[in-house]
Amino acid sequence: MRNAMIKSPILFAGALSAALAFSQTSHAADPDPRDWDAVLQEAKGQTVYFNAWGGSENINLYIDWAGQTLKERFGVTVVHVKLDDTANAVATVLAEKAAGKSEGGSVDLIWINGENFASMKRQDLLMAPDWTTSLPNWAYVDHETKPTILTDFTIPTDGLESPWGGAKMVFFHDTARTPADSVPGSSAELLDWAERNPGRFSYPQPPDFIGSSFLKQVLSETIADPAKLSQKVNAASFAEDAAPLFAYLDRLHPNLWRSGKAYPQNYPDMKQKLADGELDIIFAFNPSEASAGIAAGELPDTVRSFTYTEGTLGNTHFVAIPYNASAKAGALVLANFLISPEAQLRKQDPSVWGDPTVLSMDKLSAEDRAAFEALDLGIATLRPDELGPALDEPHPDWMERIEGEWLKRYGAAN
Amino acid sequence: MTGGVRLARLAPPLTLLILLGPLAFGLAGTALPALGYLPDLGGTEFTTAHFSELAEVPGIWRSALLSVAIGLITTLVSLGAVAGFVASDLGTSGFARMRRMISPLLSVPHAAAAFGLAFLIAPSGMIMRLVSPWLTGLDRPPDLLIINDPLALSMMAGLIVKEIPFLFLVTLAALPQTRHLETMRLGRSLGYGRVASFTFLLWPPVYRQIRLAVFAVVAYATSVVDVALILGPHLPPTLPVRLIDWMNDPDLESRFLASAGAILQLGVTLAALIAWVGLERIGAFLVRQIRDNGRRWRRDMAVRALARSVMGGSAVIIFGGIAVLALWSVSGLWQFPDALPSSFTWKSWMQALPRMSGPLGTTLAVAGLSTLIALTLTILCLEREYETGRGRGGGALLLIYLPLIVPQISFMFGLQVLSIWLGVDASFSALVLAHLVFVLPYVFLSLSDPWRAHDRRHDLIAAGLGMSRTRTLVKIRLPMLTRAILTAAAVGFSVSVGQYLPTVLIGAGRLTTVTTEAVALAAGGNRRVIGVYAFMQTLLPFFAFAIATGLPGLVFRNRRGLRV
Repeated sequence: MRNAMIKSPILFAGALSAALAFSQTSHAADPDPRDWDAVLQEAKGQTVYFNAWGGSENINLYIDWAGQTLKERFGVTVVHVKLDDTANAVATVLAEKAAGKSEGGSVDLIWINGENFASMKRQDLLMAPDWTTSLPNWAYVDHETKPTILTDFTIPTDGLESPWGGAKMVFFHDTARTPADSVPGSSAELLDWAERNPGRFSYPQPPDFIGSSFLKQVLSETIADPAKLSQKVNAASFAEDAAPLFAYLDRLHPNLWRSGKAYPQNYPDMKQKLADGELDIIFAFNPSEASAGIAAGELPDTVRSFTYTEGTLGNTHFVAIPYNASAKAGALVLANFLISPEAQLRKQDPSVWGDPTVLSMDKLSAEDRAAFEALDLGIATLRPDELGPALDEPHPDWMERIEGEWLKRYGAAN
Repeated sequence: MTGGVRLARLAPPLTLLILLGPLAFGLAGTALPALGYLPDLGGTEFTTAHFSELAEVPGIWRSALLSVAIGLITTLVSLGAVAGFVASDLGTSGFARMRRMISPLLSVPHAAAAFGLAFLIAPSGMIMRLVSPWLTGLDRPPDLLIINDPLALSMMAGLIVKEIPFLFLVTLAALPQTRHLETMRLGRSLGYGRVASFTFLLWPPVYRQIRLAVFAVVAYATSVVDVALILGPHLPPTLPVRLIDWMNDPDLESRFLASAGAILQLGVTLAALIAWVGLERIGAFLVRQIRDNGRRWRRDMAVRALARSVMGGSAVIIFGGIAVLALWSVSGLWQFPDALPSSFTWKSWMQALPRMSGPLGTTLAVAGLSTLIALTLTILCLEREYETGRGRGGGALLLIYLPLIVPQISFMFGLQVLSIWLGVDASFSALVLAHLVFVLPYVFLSLSDPWRAHDRRHDLIAAGLGMSRTRTLVKIRLPMLTRAILTAAAVGFSVSVGQYLPTVLIGAGRLTTVTTEAVALAAGGNRRVIGVYAFMQTLLPFFAFAIATGLPGLVFRNRRGLRV
């Protein structure tokens, strides 16, 4: 028996492309979110392995809370598989597909966006067709005024991933050391600032998500023709398109923390370094990060936020279900719960996490709306109207190319 | 005859199967994809293309050379410190003190020791906080590349402080096989200094006995992953870290590259071992030259002071590091250059403990079960050896050491592929088996000496009184060796607790232990959380050793001869 199971994937394998045909059609046994009672029934007793980046304590605690709530209300057990890189979970699903394991996969729900979503969608690794718009709580989602909910890094989501939170690149500084009137208002000003304050700025080493986002921010500001960013990379003109970015980095790196010979691991690491006084300007994709850090005793209460006048990158992060997940019904229940007003409200509270909601205030009940409005976003959080314009994320192809080029240029720099 | 002894006949082949089976399958599972053969990913033809691709990776040779250098320097410094210290202080009261202080250090997992070191020596670390601003004049941490330095100095320091206790205890175990006190007395009476007496007379036979353990240190230091992730250089990192990155790449093509890299890692470790053998030759030649010129080297205080301070320093660093970890785990806001947190809170513990129960349960279950199996097999093997009088040769010893010498990463990749194929990845039994490969050698090595030293006349008397062999084993030998068995169990337990790579690869993220959680959460750089997990990681083996030391006294409170 075992042998037969091993051999058959060998026949199909290599055939990553041939397998395309099979996974397009949904499995007969897939739960249908339109029949929500049946989903709840099926989900009872299931264990959902939620693969989500585990590098931030407040997020881990929030996922923990969601899991406990699900257990109490729906009998669904949630296990948070703490990833240090979301790509690991993508690799797991891909490896299972290559080994022919089209059922009983080890990933049930995955926290995802951008290049990883593009990669999974392209390789048909996601549960299809559209399930997100049939979730009961989709009724509250603001897909009309938040375009990044339907288009993730220029790729249409097609209902294959359910929104979880909003994100916008925001910078933080400690007013006890860096006065508010001296902070840069653009990438170009940041470069000047770094030259005047050597060793006090850095970014996480790509392919860390936040580190790569910093590269994209600079790219968006420096590329001659920004329209190119909404398309796949043109291999012929890539060197020319990216030249201003790498000229920028060549000037920036000698003035980075540790002269660019080592990099912070990720944004929580930068947060620690801001508290230690090693870094003076840091950034994150969560506008409430500083307020949350102050609430948690990780940052002094003199930290404040700023963004660029011409705008910073903004996007949405999602959850998606792999095509071979073992507990699809449970994963649907969790995804639906994550966009409930209750869960979104708690998520936006800086003393919990502080991640912006994806819901539309107009669609909420008066009571829920009042609760959102009553949230104290914290002393260090910019009001929505102070966040500045949101720049569109480039096509994921850019991220891959730039990461590769970065590694080639600086990966063996010492 | 009874079942016990018949079982013992099966034990040696079974043990070899457990040790060498995963090794052989794992290496094959790594070598085939390295040569392009992995049908599930479309590799059906043998090719060397992946090795050419590997050679093109920027900085790959630097990564490889760095790993070789780390292996050699780490071993040289820690072995030198241990030999120097034993030479200087053998037989003194300071020696006994050091022995008591160093032994518990063996149980501190590598990752915890590495975090502790990082928290001490980083520019914003404890040492700098203690001397700032009154001495340095700094109210902000200096922009110095201390951790993750390109020469891997901090990584080597982290490895050295952990290898010293290991080599020290191995040396202590070897000393009784030589007539060390008499030999030292002989050297001294001929007018040689302590260090010279030791080096010329005692070191050669001692080194011969600990040689395989030294090889294991060389191999470990060239292929370590967790310490390199915490303290090692970034651009480029050491070879094992790059392998892990490729293994986790969403582009599955990278697995071929990772496998080719794992074979390169095998070559790197082998090269380091060959270089080490060369260093052995050079060392032996130098010792002979120095010995033959007839000088007595009576004034050796400088060497002795140096060796003592390195030994003592390593203990202080580990203890200090763990103290700082503990402090961070209960700290509120703690800004530079404050020497103490501005507030204390149990919040980090309160948040972590409920979520730790799952990984903690897995840790205890895997460590307990693998130790139990290892202990049973070891006792049966030793019983069989006792019966036949065979199996003490160097060949058998080499086989037991093999899983400790072949780089973990080189065969764990293959083993992971194999376990996915068989559909046993992320299963509890596969994880226990993977841990057993590393637990078994350590249990065997720590139990075999006391077992062999056991006085056979007890068994003769028992036989004379009509006891069967099994009954003798259960009623006489096991109780008399309880202390040694519990110590071996504690060693096995702490080896299992400390396993990172096998747990990550075979546990596949679904089975997590305190160690894998600690490394994953460390990614967040949150010192409070790291403090909680690393402290917990240290506590478990510590309890195991405490039980091993305390239990016999309790059980044998009415057996005077078995108390210490």
